[in-house]
Amino acid sequence: MELRSRIPTGPIEQKWDKHRFEMKLVNPANKRKFTVIVVGTGLAGGSAAATLSELGYQVLCFSFHDSPRRAHSIAAQGGINAAKNYQNDGDSIYRLFYDTVKGGDFRAREANVYRLAQISVNIIDQCVAQGVPFAREYGGLLANRSFGGAQVSRTFYARGQTGQQLLLGAYQALEKEITRGGVRMFTHTEMLDVVLVDGKARGIITRDLSTGAIEAHAADAVVLATGGYGNVFYLSTNAKNCNATAIWRAHKHGAAFANPCFTQIHPTCIPVSGDYQSKLTLMSESLRNDGRVWVPKKVGDKRPPREIPEAERDYYLERKYPSFGNLSPRDIASRAAKEVCDEGRGIGETGRGVYLDFEDAIKRLGEQKIRERYGNLFEMYEQITDENPYRVPMRIYPAVHYTMGGLWVDYNLMTSIPGLHVLGEANFSDHGANRLGASALMQGLADGYFIIPYTIGDYLANAKLDKVTTDRPEFVEAKASVAGLTARLLGINGKRTVDSFHRELGQIMWEDCGMARSADGLRRALGRIPEVREEFWRNVNVPGSDTELNQALEKAGRVADFLEFAELMCVDALHREESCGGHFRVEHQTPDGETQRDDARFAYVAAWEFCGVGNAPVLHKEPLTFEYVPLSTRSYK
Amino acid sequence: MRVTLKVWRQKGPDAPGQLVEYDAPDISSDMSFLEMLDVVNERLMERGEEPIAFAHDCREGICGTCSLMIDGIAHGPVRGAATCQVHMRSFTDGATITIEPWRARSFPVIKDLVVDRSALDRIIQAGGFISAPTGGAPDANAVLIPKRNVDDAMDAAACIGCGACVAACPNASASLFTAAKVSHLGLLPQGQPERYRRVVRMVDQMDLEGFGGCTLYGECQEACPKLISIDTIARMNRDYFRAALIPGEPATVPEAAG
Repeated sequence: MELRSRIPTGPIEQKWDKHRFEMKLVNPANKRKFTVIVVGTGLAGGSAAATLSELGYQVLCFSFHDSPRRAHSIAAQGGINAAKNYQNDGDSIYRLFYDTVKGGDFRAREANVYRLAQISVNIIDQCVAQGVPFAREYGGLLANRSFGGAQVSRTFYARGQTGQQLLLGAYQALEKEITRGGVRMFTHTEMLDVVLVDGKARGIITRDLSTGAIEAHAADAVVLATGGYGNVFYLSTNAKNCNATAIWRAHKHGAAFANPCFTQIHPTCIPVSGDYQSKLTLMSESLRNDGRVWVPKKVGDKRPPREIPEAERDYYLERKYPSFGNLSPRDIASRAAKEVCDEGRGIGETGRGVYLDFEDAIKRLGEQKIRERYGNLFEMYEQITDENPYRVPMRIYPAVHYTMGGLWVDYNLMTSIPGLHVLGEANFSDHGANRLGASALMQGLADGYFIIPYTIGDYLANAKLDKVTTDRPEFVEAKASVAGLTARLLGINGKRTVDSFHRELGQIMWEDCGMARSADGLRRALGRIPEVREEFWRNVNVPGSDTELNQALEKAGRVADFLEFAELMCVDALHREESCGGHFRVEHQTPDGETQRDDARFAYVAAWEFCGVGNAPVLHKEPLTFEYVPLSTRSYK
Repeated sequence: MRVTLKVWRQKGPDAPGQLVEYDAPDISSDMSFLEMLDVVNERLMERGEEPIAFAHDCREGICGTCSLMIDGIAHGPVRGAATCQVHMRSFTDGATITIEPWRARSFPVIKDLVVDRSALDRIIQAGGFISAPTGGAPDANAVLIPKRNVDDAMDAAACIGCGACVAACPNASASLFTAAKVSHLGLLPQGQPERYRRVVRMVDQMDLEGFGGCTLYGECQEACPKLISIDTIARMNRDYFRAALIPGEPATVPEAAG
């Protein structure tokens, strides 16, 4: 496998412009002769499908949801970054680029991140034109807030529902194109395999979730925008149905998987309350603008928070990171919370929690102002915990939130399989080892609205593709293999439910491949995962049939893939003998407990090649060079 | 706590359905309603029975996938919450809880508690958008929009497309859903060029899909997990009637915001 990043030459400010000029165009009359499959209708997939259709391509678009408006992008609360410098506080494209490379702990490609920062400004313009109701000031101008990892206010927001509003913008653009006839939409349809013809991605196999029908679809190129793999941990802030099936099955056909161990643990989530817990709920990072994070100074102090005097509280983020304080980046804030809880100073029944306190902010700004800024988040918190955060501090704890790793893509967002492109959280490209808040929405929309529409044209213009139809043997065989897998899952008739295996896997991953990782723990996980997988294929119980809506069957296929993927994640975490961003190896830390990178040995993208289930994957390295943001120790002190 | 569930079970779109009773002991009051159903399903599967199919995804009240009629109330007893945001502490120990799917001619049952809501997408397809193809947008601050307008637009835009308004309406009308989008886009300057064309097309599509008309019962705004107001329906009706007075192609008529 050869990894060619295809990063254009020349000064970083000019790379994208130069590349756009050098890429081949498909003339308007020819565009309609090309069919593109887009899988997933979150921010990245929805915006890509709509834009490709606007350009004149025939788009087949797939979503496992019952409507393209429901993907988990919708749950992003806080906002979207853009280098508009509307606040006149010193922001610029270069600064957003710099913050993102540094925030990613120097494990992202400079060229990709620079392009992302450039495009960020167009995204806001585009979304406003679509009618996204971003918050505004009384004068009618757009409002901004600040977010973790930045010292400027560059985050645009629509109350605590920014992801929803951006997704509805993309969804409405997509629905418009469905009406126009450019997009054929397949809802409630899950992709279960990618089909290669002559080494190029030429189609997919799907299952209609309502009827169970397995179908083949052919195209000239395939775009996956199927989100991240955070649910490998079982408990995460992801929606219940988020899964890695599409990218994992593409990986098994030869798409390299990059940096799978780079996962983000978000510092502000509602703590776990019981075994029945089905998911974790995020409380937007924007709350850290006004909330102060603290724990008692004394170990085992069980007094109610309001009875603990100021002098006996440890505002540990403000103490340890005075210049960023409560707005320290996510990886740092999460680890700091784990550390104080490990010391026995955690709060709540389980001792796995810290306070996020708004008392000072309410005193300073008044309850009305706080209600305006965070009202819906406070309500959400109260609904779940039955506690009123205007009166008592929120209890929060870190939870799995985002995955920076994903399928390896070149500068054109194409994987190591020609014709297979990956957008949004499903690729690895822009966030390095840690993603800054409000950057996921930016990346999803940059990929979908402004990158893939250009780069896919270059691929289609150069690829010399023969027409293929689904009666070719490659499609027939892939269909049979998908049907075979379904039959196999239904035929096991074991004793344990799919969820019980998923929960067991999640516990292994959280314990040994979560916030702090060690060689011993990772080896233990690598011993346990194949055992769980073996039992799954022997003892899982998937009731029902394959000719109807069967949610247990859907889940079983996804968990089967997680049981393979988890191993790769641990292999990657074990091989990366350094700490960086969200990847914290306990063996590699500074004397004061911060991450210790090893740039001499690990300044590369780890792209793994699949070699069969249970076989060791092969590592390919794409070296990373830093010409514009000099490699330095990340400090937020 | 212990509850008794009466759950609508229906094998498929054309099969007859019926309420089936399930005993659910050892339920924690801190569980969400859907976590309670997870537990019931795990127990059913351990006994070799088929689990209850229900739609859900984000479990934080924003994706609009969950859709249960709980004791005859769309999304259950908590005002301003989706089913996934209801917790068992809202029910008393020993309660009998009836769970049914959304009931409307335009929402055929797929299985058990899962219904087909694609009719709502088709209403959006009819005109629930601003035609602003990617690229070519002016600077985001080029047009000033009064905060009040944006706030009102946001109130309407908060719709999660769950269909509770339809399920709650004695006429099974989708007026609140449609009006929310008409209002969101109609309140913004960007939405003006297509304002009248949009409302006519969306309302006509709503009728075509077999949704009933609005007779102002107001049940929809009570059931709405985002508490969207029926004021939006007044706005939609006004725009719809105004559109009839505009000769020719309504989309070409320039109209000031307001």
